[in-house]
Amino acid sequence: MGMTMTQKILSRKAGKKDCAPGDLIEAKLDFLLGNDITTPPAIEIFEKNGFGKVFDTEKIALVPDHFAPNKDIKSAEQCKRMRDFAKSQNIKYYFEQGQEGMGVEHVILPDNGLIRPGDVVIGADSHTCTYGAVGAFSTGVGSTDLACSMAAGTTWFRVPEAIKVELKGKIEPYCAGKDVILYLIGRIGVDGALYKSLEFTGEGVIELSMADRLTICNMAIECGAKNGIFPVDEKTIEYLDSRVQGGYKDAPDWLFPDPDAEYSQVVTIDLSEIRPMVAFPHLPSNTHAVGTFEKIKIDQVVIGSCTNGRIEDMRKAAAVLKGRTVAGGIRAIVLPGSQRVYKQALSEGLLEIFVDSGCVVSAPTCGPCLGGHMGVLAKGEKCVSTTNRNFVGRMGHKESEVYLAGVEVAAASAVLGYIGSPEEL
Amino acid sequence: MKFSGKVIKYGANVDTDVIIPARYLNTSVKEELAAHCMEDLDPDFKNKVEAGDIIVAGSNFGCGSSREHAPVAIKASGISCVIAPSFARIFYRNSINTGLAILECPVAAEEISDGDKIEVDTDTGIIRDLSTGKEYRAGAFPEFIGEIISADGLVGYTKAKLSK
Repeated sequence: MGMTMTQKILSRKAGKKDCAPGDLIEAKLDFLLGNDITTPPAIEIFEKNGFGKVFDTEKIALVPDHFAPNKDIKSAEQCKRMRDFAKSQNIKYYFEQGQEGMGVEHVILPDNGLIRPGDVVIGADSHTCTYGAVGAFSTGVGSTDLACSMAAGTTWFRVPEAIKVELKGKIEPYCAGKDVILYLIGRIGVDGALYKSLEFTGEGVIELSMADRLTICNMAIECGAKNGIFPVDEKTIEYLDSRVQGGYKDAPDWLFPDPDAEYSQVVTIDLSEIRPMVAFPHLPSNTHAVGTFEKIKIDQVVIGSCTNGRIEDMRKAAAVLKGRTVAGGIRAIVLPGSQRVYKQALSEGLLEIFVDSGCVVSAPTCGPCLGGHMGVLAKGEKCVSTTNRNFVGRMGHKESEVYLAGVEVAAASAVLGYIGSPEEL
Repeated sequence: MKFSGKVIKYGANVDTDVIIPARYLNTSVKEELAAHCMEDLDPDFKNKVEAGDIIVAGSNFGCGSSREHAPVAIKASGISCVIAPSFARIFYRNSINTGLAILECPVAAEEISDGDKIEVDTDTGIIRDLSTGKEYRAGAFPEFIGEIISADGLVGYTKAKLSK
């Protein structure tokens, strides 16, 4: 029986010839990730149980990005715990706030060339599934898994069934990866891919930029998926070649799914039919196309995050905001996803456009996405956000509301004062 | 393991942001987390929960963030077991790893009512609703997961593996 891309990767890293959905396997890990919220409990477990040294000092990234720059004393202690651990363990990829290569974890790991096609990656953060965009098997775990895997260099997986997402057609103006994934989640629901893999394929793949693919895989978790994964094509190779140490020219032959691979479901998406999407409170599946609902007045706009904090996102937001002004009474907060994105946006004049239009420009941080800092909502406030979750209380008060959207809708809404598209400007 | 207690019932898609809001994640002290467990979904939770109580909920329980603080907060607040038709996969993994008993049983999750007194045997998967007299059987854990549980969680399992 043929294997999916995910099966191919998992069987290889488990040292097996093949594997089938439902098999429990133990796989070698190529890369591990932790952040300032999930790593401190992992360190506690690691040290309390005398795990000693990490299995490989060059295969672990520790990133203080959630409540960093430290928002309060307790957060500062958590970041310090992680920093001290990284130092004592001699961990190579500890990313200090403000320094070269630093930023929001899922923006910086691929951008620093740390993830390759065919890798098995786990991260103590649910959006670790982002790296499927470069053809890796990548999934989120908790702190105990991180602790044990930092010691052992392996972990167990249940081989997932896969949903084949067949993409065709070309994406329309003002639509991007965010609209594709919101559309898909709206169609299959927040548990539509529970325990499963989302394998993207079809002629439409080449129409999507790497930024689009990273955004799409980032939100695979929002329909319950274990991982999302894209095939490796010339766009992936071009992206990796300039980032991976020593360059990257060819994906391994074994990585491609077999023609007779089995999928539990096939979902076909015509990209040309997708309109700019908005997910209403309080589920990412509660999607509506822009223009199909009444005016919803907003109080805040957030542009950034591991979902939409890349340079492409900054360019799109700036193109909408250039020469325009954020509506009175609206706070528009722009968070470039990394120091590199920040510097690039600076040199392209994008930050000046944001500041001139009346935006707050923040240091790279997850901050407001999870109601941490840099844009927490008060009771009753509404926010259009390019982040990934709109659960009750996600960005602040339990009676606040988050509307998820792509970058251009978010930027246009900042100018309009209500949720709308750039076409309304 | 056998548990008995009253049922606290919730709907589908209970996410980890409502189980323990991120604003409290500047600590991982379990008692501090328990003090805020469920507060955005059910402000009364901390008053009504008693040791041994069982959460029965709808599908996709524990969706969202990978924060292990969620099963830790639930367990530390006194909940002995969570029954649902399905669990989000990271929450499922985190529960096994941190020793929070979970059972997948769609019929029980549908039929059991808030406030019912129930008994749960996690070894056999038998769930008894003492208020209605009905009995249910949850799906068994795969053998490998059972090994992790009997090794006292993933930490014990990993320790044993590393010492080989």
